[in-house]
Amino acid sequence: MDFLTWARSPWGDNVLTHISWSLFWAALVGGLLFLLGHGGYMLFSQHRHRDPAEVDRMEAEHKGLPAKIQRHGMVARTFHWIMAASMLTLLFTAFLPIVGVQFAWVQWHWIAGTVLTASILFHVIHATFFLDFWSIWVGPKDIPEIKIELMREMGREDIAGPRPGKYPLGNRLYHLAVVVAGLVVIISGVLMMWRVRTSLTTRNPYMLSDITWGFTYVAHGLMGVGFVGLVIAHIYFALRPEKLWITKAMIFGFITRREYLEFHDPDRWAQDNKSGSKVV
Amino acid sequence: MPPIRDVMPAFELFQPASVADTLGILDRYGADAWIMAGGMDTFDWLKDRIARPKVVVDLSLVSELRGIKDAGGGIEIGAMTTLTEVANHALVKERFPLLAQAALLVASPQIRNQGTAGGNVSQDARCWYYRAGWPCYRAGGNICYADTPTAVNREHAIFDADRCVAVNPSDTAPALIALDASFVVKTGGQDRVVPAEDFFVGPGTDITRLTMLQPGDLLTAIRIPATWAGKAHYFEKVRDRQVWDFPLVNIASIMNVSGSTIADARMVVNGVAARPYRLAAVEAAIKGKARDKATADMAADIAVQGAVTLRHNEYKVPLVKALVKRAIRGDAEWTS
Repeated sequence: MDFLTWARSPWGDNVLTHISWSLFWAALVGGLLFLLGHGGYMLFSQHRHRDPAEVDRMEAEHKGLPAKIQRHGMVARTFHWIMAASMLTLLFTAFLPIVGVQFAWVQWHWIAGTVLTASILFHVIHATFFLDFWSIWVGPKDIPEIKIELMREMGREDIAGPRPGKYPLGNRLYHLAVVVAGLVVIISGVLMMWRVRTSLTTRNPYMLSDITWGFTYVAHGLMGVGFVGLVIAHIYFALRPEKLWITKAMIFGFITRREYLEFHDPDRWAQDNKSGSKVV
Repeated sequence: MPPIRDVMPAFELFQPASVADTLGILDRYGADAWIMAGGMDTFDWLKDRIARPKVVVDLSLVSELRGIKDAGGGIEIGAMTTLTEVANHALVKERFPLLAQAALLVASPQIRNQGTAGGNVSQDARCWYYRAGWPCYRAGGNICYADTPTAVNREHAIFDADRCVAVNPSDTAPALIALDASFVVKTGGQDRVVPAEDFFVGPGTDITRLTMLQPGDLLTAIRIPATWAGKAHYFEKVRDRQVWDFPLVNIASIMNVSGSTIADARMVVNGVAARPYRLAAVEAAIKGKARDKATADMAADIAVQGAVTLRHNEYKVPLVKALVKRAIRGDAEWTS
C-alpha cells in the first residue's frame, strides 16, 4: 500500500502530491479501536479514585472554599467551542467527500480554516497575557507525574504522588499533540490558500516550488488525518462518565468544591494565582 | 505535449450484447472498467496512453441502447443513438429542434456518425494540460496548470472555477438542460432518473469528474418531457474553426413566448464552466418581460455577473453577453 501519492511534473521531477486517502481510513479505524480498547480496559480495570473519606476530610479542612470554583472563564469557553465548531467543519468538509458525500466543500473548508486560525491566534494572545501560560504545558519536570499517573492507570492505587494542578496530565498531553498537529495544519493550510481562489488571497501557484508544494499538501493531509484520531479521542474522553465533570466545566465554566478537592492538588492550583480560574 | 504514441495499451475487451450483461461486467470490474460508447473521447485517452484501464467495455453491440421513441409527447433517446440520428430524426426535429440543432453542430459529419448522445454528454474535459497527462487537480494532483500566470487558457472557465478551470465541451448538454431532460442511470439492479442539471458536477463537488457517473454506473437513456416541445428556441455555437471544433461558448435557450412577452424561459451556456452553466438569474429576470432589446441588454449584464476571467479568456465575457442578447431576440444576425 502506498501512503503517499507521487506524480511526474512537466519538468520531469518526481514530486509528492497528496497522502493516500487510505490513511484517513487507518486514522478512523485506529481511533475507533483505541476507543474500544480503552473503553474495555476501563470496564474491567480497577481505576483509581480518591477515597471518598479522604475527600470528606479535605472538604472539612477547606470550608473556606466556595461551593463553585471557576475552571474556564467565558472567553476561554467561547474560544474552545468556536475552535471545536471550526475543527469539526474542517474535518467533515475534508473527509465527507472521501466517503462518498459529494458537495462543494472547498469554500466551507477554507472559511472554517480561517475561523480556526483566527481563533488560535486569539487563544495564543489570551493564554499568554491573561491566563497562566505554563499551566497547560508538559515538560521534563512532569516526568515523575507521568510515571505515577501511568502506574495509577494500571491499577496501582497505592502509589503516592502529586495530583494534577489545573489541567490533568491527559489534558496537557492532548494539548501538546493538538499544538503540534494544529500548527502544521494551519501553516500548510494558510499556504494552500494561495493555491485556490479565495476572497482573501490572490492565487500564486508559483509561490513555492513543486516539491515544496508537495510537502505542504502531504503535511496538511497527514495532520488532517491525525486530527481524525485526535478528535475521536477528545470526544470519547469528553463523554466518559468519570470525565464529565471536565466537560461540564467547559460548558458552564465551574466545578464544584468537591470536584476541585477530589481531582486537583490545591497546592498546584491555588485559587489566588493567575491561573485564569477564580472562586465564584 | 507528450508524443502521440498511437498504439493502445493492452486491456481486456468486453463487447456485451445487452444492458444486463454490461451491468454484470461493470459490477465485476468496478473502477477498473472503462465504458466506451462511440470511442470519440476514449481513443484519445487510450492512444495517448494517459488512461490505462484493465478492461474496456464496448457498448456498440448493445442494440437496446439505440433508438429514439415517443414518450407521451416527449421523447426517449437511447444513450448509444448516434448524434447524426439525433440531428436528423423526425420526432426530434419536430418537437425539439433545439436539440437537433445542437447535435448537428457537434464536430464533423464523420464524428457525428460515430459519436453518441450518451457519449457527448459524458465526455471528459478537453483542457490540454489535463489531456496531456500532467498531474493537475483533475488528474489527482495539486495544481491547475491552466490557472497560472503564464498558462494558455483561452478556452477555459469564467464561472465557478474551483481550483480547476477546465470547461465542459458538450454541445448537446446545454440543450438537454434547457429542455429539462432527465438521464436514466443504471447501477446493478437499480435505476435512477437524474435531472440533466444534476448529472453534471463542478470541480467543487468532484474535481476528477464532469458528471455524477461513478464506477459501475451506466447511462442508458435520455428522456425529454413534452413541456418545452415546439417552443421558441435558440442555439448558437461559437468556435474557432467552423468545420470542426469544440465550442468556445455555446448557448441553448427555450422560451414560452406569449405575444411579445416572455412567459417562461430556460437558458444555458456551455464552455464557460466545468458544468453547463444555467443562467437562472437571467431566466428569472426576463420572465414576464417583453422580448425586445431592453430586455436583452438587461439580461446580458445579469448573465456575466460573477464571471472571473483568466489571462487569455476575457473575450468570453462579451461573447456570453452577445449570445444572451441574440438568444433573447432569437436572431443570430443581430449584433448591436
